[in-house]
Amino acid sequence: MSILLQEIRKQPIETSSITVTKNLTPVLRMENLHVYADHLHILNDVNLLIPRNQITVLLGPSGCGKTTLLKCINKLTDLYKELKVSGRIFIDDKDILNTSKNVPDIRRKMGLLSQRPYPLPLSIFKNVAYGIKLKGVRDKKLLAFNVEKHLREVGLWEEVKNRLNEPASCLSIGQQQRLCLARGLAVKPTIILADEPTSALDPKSSNIIERSFGELKKNYTIILVTHSLRQAMRMADYVVFMSEGSIVEQGLPEILFNRPETAQLRDYLKEGC
Amino acid sequence: MKYRKRFEELFFKIISALMTYALIAVLVFIIGVIFYKGISALSWDILLKTPKGGYYYGGEGGVLNAIIGSLYIASGATFIAMIIGMPAALYLNVYLMRYKRTQNTIRFLLDTLWGIPSIVYGAFGFAMMLFLGMNASLLAGIITVSLLVLPIMVRTFDEILSTIPKGLMEASLALGSTRCETAYKIMLKQGFQGFITAVLLCFGRAIGDAASVLFTAGYSDQIPVNLDEPAATLPLAIFFQLSSPIPEVRERAFASALILTTIILVISLSARLFSMRFSQTNIR
Repeated sequence: MSILLQEIRKQPIETSSITVTKNLTPVLRMENLHVYADHLHILNDVNLLIPRNQITVLLGPSGCGKTTLLKCINKLTDLYKELKVSGRIFIDDKDILNTSKNVPDIRRKMGLLSQRPYPLPLSIFKNVAYGIKLKGVRDKKLLAFNVEKHLREVGLWEEVKNRLNEPASCLSIGQQQRLCLARGLAVKPTIILADEPTSALDPKSSNIIERSFGELKKNYTIILVTHSLRQAMRMADYVVFMSEGSIVEQGLPEILFNRPETAQLRDYLKEGC
Repeated sequence: MKYRKRFEELFFKIISALMTYALIAVLVFIIGVIFYKGISALSWDILLKTPKGGYYYGGEGGVLNAIIGSLYIASGATFIAMIIGMPAALYLNVYLMRYKRTQNTIRFLLDTLWGIPSIVYGAFGFAMMLFLGMNASLLAGIITVSLLVLPIMVRTFDEILSTIPKGLMEASLALGSTRCETAYKIMLKQGFQGFITAVLLCFGRAIGDAASVLFTAGYSDQIPVNLDEPAATLPLAIFFQLSSPIPEVRERAFASALILTTIILVISLSARLFSMRFSQTNIR
C-alpha cells in the first residue's frame, strides 16, 4: 500500500503534511448531523471539519451516505420530503441548516458537480452565464469576460471558443463535465462539492478534471466523493472514510492509507487495490 | 430450440410491423375517403363564403362562418388552457415534487376530468350559462371548451416534465436559482417539445369537438364579431350538412370535414417544426 501511495503522490509526504496542518482552519463544520429517510438512518451523528483550500475526499462503500452528506451541505435534501435532517452545519461559523436565510444564497456558496454532467438546456455560453445572470449581472461585456475566464479556468476555452452559441448537449461527456464545473465556478462559490465527478468520464477527461481540481484548491475548498482509491490517493489532502452512515475514520491520507485503524477501512483498502 | 427462437423473433416482428402499418393504413383510408367524397364539393365558395339563404337545402354559400368560428373557439380555448395549464404542470413538478401523495391525487383527478365525455362539459357549460343569465355565445363556447381541454393540457405537459431527470433540476437549484427560475428557465425550456405537443393536442380536441359547443356556442350563419354572439363550428356544420336529405349538401359535409382535417394537419406540422427548432439545446 505505502509503495503504491508514494508512487502515486508526486509530492513527498512531509511537505504535504505541513501544508495540510497549516491550512487546517475549517471552512465547513458539521455537528451531530443525522439524516433519516422514513425508517432508515442514512447519516448517523456525523461530526466533521472540512479544511479550507484543501481537497477533502469522502470514501466509503456505495450507500454509505456520501452523496446524502453532500446534499445536506447545499440543502438539496430539501427537495425530498422523506429526508429528515437534524444537527448543525456551519459555513464560516454560520449555521446553514437552522437559519431563515435565503436558500439560493446559501447554495450559491458552493458549486456542485454530479456523477453525470447535467448541462442546462441552453447554449455553451448561456450555461456559464446562467448563474452570473441570476446574480443580476446584465452587462454583456462583463458576462463575456466572466464566461471566458471560467471556461479558461477549466481548460475548455480553446475547445469551445468558436462555438459558444452551440447547444451544450453537443459537447462530449468530458467537456460537459468541465462546462458544469465552469458554470459552478461562475457563481463564485467558496466550496466545490464533487460527487464522483469522473466516474462517467474517460481517463483523459478524468485527468483534466483532476488537474483542474489541483489548481482550483488554491482558491476553493473541494469536497470530493470518489470510488477510486487511486484517485483518492492522488488527490486527497484530507480523507474521511464512511460506512453505514457514520464516519469511521478521518485524517491525513498518509496516515489513513498507511495505518488504517479499523478493520472496515483495512478491508476497504484491500478490496480497492 | 434455435429454430424456435428464430421463428418467435420473426413472428413477433411481422405481427408488430403489420399492426403499425395497419394503423397508418387506417389513417390514410380515413383521409382518402374524406378526400374522395369531399373534393368534388370543395370550392373557393365553400371556403370563402358564409351560408346564404337555403344553404342547407342546396342553396349558395359556404362554411366560412364555421371555419372562423372553430378557429376562434379552438384558439381561445387553447390559449386559456395554456395560461392556466402551463403554470399548473410546472407547479406539479417543481413545487410539489416533495409531496408525492398530493401529486398523485392531483394527477388522478385530472385523469378523471380527461375521461369525462364532452357532452357532460356541454351540459355543465349550459347550466352555468343559464345560472349566469348568458346566451349561447362565442365566449360561453370558449370557456366550456377550455374546461374540456385543460386536463389534456396539464397532464400531457406534466407527463413530459416528469421525465426530466432530477439531476437537471438539482443542477439549476445548486447554482442558486429559485424554484420559480428553475421552473420557467430550465424545466419549461427542457420540456418545451412536450408543451407544444400538449398545445397541439388541445387544439385538435378543441376544434374537433361538437358536443361541448352544441348548447354553449350555438350556431349562426354569420361570422361572430363579438364575444357575446353565437358562433358556428365546423363539427356542427358537418353534422347539420350530413343530416340533410339532399346529396349535394351531404357532399359539402365531406368537404367541410376535409377542411377540418387539413387545418389540424397544418397546425400539427407547423407546431412540430416550431418545437424542433426550440428543442435543439435540449439535454438528451
